[in-house]
Amino acid sequence: MSEFLQHLINMLVLGGTYALLGIGLTLIFGIMNVVNFTHGVLYTFGAYIMFIVVQQLGLNFFLALPVAVLAGWLLGAAIELTLLRPLRGSDIDTTMLVMIGAWIAMQSGTLWIWGGVAKSVATPFPEAPLVLGPVSVSWLRLFVLAAAAMLILVTYLLINKTSLGRAMRATFQDHDTASLMGVNVDMIYTSTFAIGSSLAAAAGALLGPVYVIFPQMGDLAAVKAFAIVILGGLGNITGAVIGGFILALAEELGAGYVSSGYRDAMGFVIIIAVLIFRPTGLFARAERVG
Amino acid sequence: MRAAVTILAVAALASVPLWLRDPYLLNALITTGIFVIGAMSLNLLLGFTGQLSLGHIAFFGIGAYVSALTSLGFDIGLPGGFRLVHTPWPPILGFVLAILIAGLCGYFVGLLSFRVRGAYFVIVTISFAEVVRLVALNWVELTQGPLALTNIPFIALPLPGLGELTLRTKMQNYYLVLVVALIAYLLIARLVHSHFGRSMRGLMENETLAVSVGIDVTRTLTIAAVISAAIAGAAGSLYAHYIRIIDPEVFAFINTVTMVIMVISGGKGSLAGPVVGGLIFGLLPVALRPVMAPEAQWIAYGGVLIAILFVLPRGIVPSLAQRLTRRRSGTTALAPVTLTETGAKEPA
Repeated sequence: MSEFLQHLINMLVLGGTYALLGIGLTLIFGIMNVVNFTHGVLYTFGAYIMFIVVQQLGLNFFLALPVAVLAGWLLGAAIELTLLRPLRGSDIDTTMLVMIGAWIAMQSGTLWIWGGVAKSVATPFPEAPLVLGPVSVSWLRLFVLAAAAMLILVTYLLINKTSLGRAMRATFQDHDTASLMGVNVDMIYTSTFAIGSSLAAAAGALLGPVYVIFPQMGDLAAVKAFAIVILGGLGNITGAVIGGFILALAEELGAGYVSSGYRDAMGFVIIIAVLIFRPTGLFARAERVG
Repeated sequence: MRAAVTILAVAALASVPLWLRDPYLLNALITTGIFVIGAMSLNLLLGFTGQLSLGHIAFFGIGAYVSALTSLGFDIGLPGGFRLVHTPWPPILGFVLAILIAGLCGYFVGLLSFRVRGAYFVIVTISFAEVVRLVALNWVELTQGPLALTNIPFIALPLPGLGELTLRTKMQNYYLVLVVALIAYLLIARLVHSHFGRSMRGLMENETLAVSVGIDVTRTLTIAAVISAAIAGAAGSLYAHYIRIIDPEVFAFINTVTMVIMVISGGKGSLAGPVVGGLIFGLLPVALRPVMAPEAQWIAYGGVLIAILFVLPRGIVPSLAQRLTRRRSGTTALAPVTLTETGAKEPA
C-alpha cells in the first residue's frame, strides 16, 4: 500500500510537468494544425537554459525558470515567423516535415554547443526528503509540482479570461470567421506557437534538475506530449491536464508493477489504444473526425 | 526514352564496382542502396496512397531481426515453462522469412492504423515503431537487447549443382543489393501502373470520390501497406547480413526520417524519386565528412530538408521532369521560326 501511495506522489510530480508539455502542444496542434516536432527540442532548450543560468552564470535557481519561459517564448516566436508563416496554407505533411528538419538541426545544434555528456544542476533545496508517514518526496519535486500547477493556472486564465485567449479560442473554432471578425490570425498563430513553446521550455527547466540534462532528452518528451494531446483531445486544455496525469500514472504503475524497461512504452501504448478505441480522445465532445 | 534512361542508369550503377576500388565509398554505396530500397517501399505508401508513415523503420528493423535470428538461432523461455528452441537456418531462408513476417506485420499495423488519417495516422505509426524498439531493447533473451546480435552470417546463394556462393566481398554484396533494388523497383512500377495503382492514386487524390466509385479504401491501403512493409523487410534483411551486427538502434526514429527525406527530396509519387533522393542523401554525409564535424553535418541535414521543402516542394525528379517538358514544348514552338530563317538564308 505504501508503495502504491509513493507511486501516486511521483505521479503528481510527473503529471504536472507532463500537463505543461501537453497544454503547449495541444494549443499548437489545435489552433494551427501543425504537428510540432520541435516541441521536444524546446523542452531540452528550457533545461539547458536552467543549466546556463544556474551552473554557468551562477545566478539564482528561482530566476532561471522565468528566464527559460522567456527564452522559450522568443525561440518559439522565431520558429513560427521564419518557418511556419511562409508555409501558411500548405498541407499538414509539409509543415510536419519542416518541423522535423528544424528538430534535427536544433537538436544537433544543442549537441554541438554543449556536447553529449549529461549535465546536472545544483538546487538550493535540502538533500533530505520530506517524509509524510509511509511516503517521502524531495523538496525539489514539491517545488516542481507547485511551479507546474502555477503555470497551468496562468495558462488557463490566459486562455479563458483575456482577449488574446478569446481570440485564440475563436481562431481554433474557425479561423476564417475569426479573421472576418477582426482577429489578426497571423498574430494569434505566432502567439500560440510562442506560448506553447514557452510551456515546453518551462517543463524542461523544471524536470531538468530532477533528472539529468542531455541533447536527446526532448525526444521522449515530445512523444509523451503527443500521447497526452491524443488522450485529452485536440485543442482541449483541460483534457491535456488530465491526460498528463493519466500518462504519469500509467508510467508509474507500469514501471512499478510491470517492468521499469517498459516505463516509456506506456505513452505509445496509450496512443495506439486511444486512437483505435476512442479516436476523438477521452474527453472530446464527439465532433472531431479522426 | 524513359526505358533508355532506366537501362543506362542501371548499366552505370552496375559498372560502379568495376572502376571504384575505394572500399569506404563502396560501403557507403551499399548501405545507401539498402536505404534506397527502404525509401522506395515508403514511397509506395507516401507517394502513391498519400499516407505519411513515420514508423516505416519498424518493418525494416523487424526484417533485420527476423533474418538475423533465423540464421543465428535462439533459445527462449515462453510463459508456462515452455522453451522455444530454434537451430540456425541458412540466411537465404532468413531473407524469405523477413519478407513474409514484415509483410504480416504490415497487414496488422495497416488494419489498425488506417482507421485514422492525417496527423493521427502519423502518430500511430511512430508509436508502433517505438513500441517495437522498446521490445527489442527489453526482450534480452531473444534479441540480446543493447548488447546487439553479432556475428550474423553472410547471405549464401544456393547454386544448383555448384553448392553455395557465400557473398563475402563488398562487390558481391553491392550486386546483391542492386539486384534486390531492381526487383523492388520493377515490382513497384508494375503495381503502380496496374488497375490497383490507379485505385491507390484515386484515393490519394480524393478519398470520398474514390469510395463513391467503388474503391475499397481500407483494402487498397492495407494491400499497399503489406507490399511496402515486405519490401522494407527485405531491405532490413540485407542490412543485417551485410553489417552483421544489429542492435535496437536500428529502430531509431532518425532512420525513418532519413527514408522520408530521400522520398520527399527525390519526389514522392515518382518512381525514380526515391532513387535520386536516396543517392543524394545517402552520399551527402560522405561528401561532407572531410569538411564538417558530425554534429554540423546533422545541422546541415535538417537545413537541407527545410530548404528542399521551401524551394522544391514537389521533389527533384518531378520538378526536373516538368522543366524538361516545358523546354521541349518551348523548342517545338520556336522551331518553325528557326527553320524559316535558315531556309531564307540557304539560297544565297
